[in-house]
Amino acid sequence: MIAIPLSWYIVFATVLFCIAIAGIFINRKNVIVLLMCIELMLLAVNTNFVAFSRFLGNPDGQVFVFFILTVAAAESAIGLAIVVLMFRNRRTINVGEIDSLRY
Amino acid sequence: MAWSNSNMHATLQMVCFIVFAAVAVGAALAVVAAKNTVHGVLALVLTFFSTACIWMLAEAEFLSLALVVVYVGAVMVLFLFVVMMLDIDLEPMREGFIKYLPVGIAAAAIMLVEMLGIIGVRALNVVPGPDPAGASNIKWLGDALYTRFLLPFEIAALILTVGLVAAVVLALRVRTFSKRQNPARQSAVRAAGRVRMVKMAAVAPPSAPANEEPQA
Repeated sequence: MIAIPLSWYIVFATVLFCIAIAGIFINRKNVIVLLMCIELMLLAVNTNFVAFSRFLGNPDGQVFVFFILTVAAAESAIGLAIVVLMFRNRRTINVGEIDSLRY
Repeated sequence: MAWSNSNMHATLQMVCFIVFAAVAVGAALAVVAAKNTVHGVLALVLTFFSTACIWMLAEAEFLSLALVVVYVGAVMVLFLFVVMMLDIDLEPMREGFIKYLPVGIAAAAIMLVEMLGIIGVRALNVVPGPDPAGASNIKWLGDALYTRFLLPFEIAALILTVGLVAAVVLALRVRTFSKRQNPARQSAVRAAGRVRMVKMAAVAPPSAPANEEPQA
């Protein structure tokens, strides 16, 4: 038996999501922290999926979480590979210095 | 008796939820505010772990363990590896932290209020019925995953393969002068490329003794 109401899960996920948004605002220069904030957002969304799946009695939500985990793992692997490549070519991962397309 | 057994069980669950949620939110704040990126990654590990416990409270046992294994075990270690491998000068990337702090907090707070208002928290104050999964969450999930979602499941495997190949191709650096084997050339070898058959007349060299043993 679950005694926790659905709204608790939703509030928790919303708070996590908003923390991740604030993180993207204040850490705009560091690509790795930006990737970590995206992971936090995905985690918040997944928490919503899990809660609704359980409360509606429908397994589709949890299957979706499974796929989101898969895609997020591939995304972070490729993203980190790009970060490594960027650091190798430019010796920096500061977003403020990656501006060669502007000129 | 005011505290029946199920009542106490419910209270215990709520206390666990609040503790795990508080740890997760605090660790998420540490991710966002961490001065050192390594500390940020470790705080993110703590966030994932606490959230896995919350999923466990929602009776999503398989996904909870998958989160620990896949994220804490693989993705976060990859993050940690990259953060420690790159020799990053963190100071210039901290600039603008104070400047954008009020903007970030304001944006997040407005979004939080709006989202909670839209969701209508009080309307969703429901407690679910008995577990639809019955005894086994894995069976419940697998029944859906291997029947109606079989094709997406296969596509997910394809996505993982593409991610693997792409990560290797992106990060592989071929040094020009390193002595290394080329597997493609190795497996493309034919006998004709290595051994040349020469036809010669069978004439013994005049200086060689006739009964000398062949050299090894």
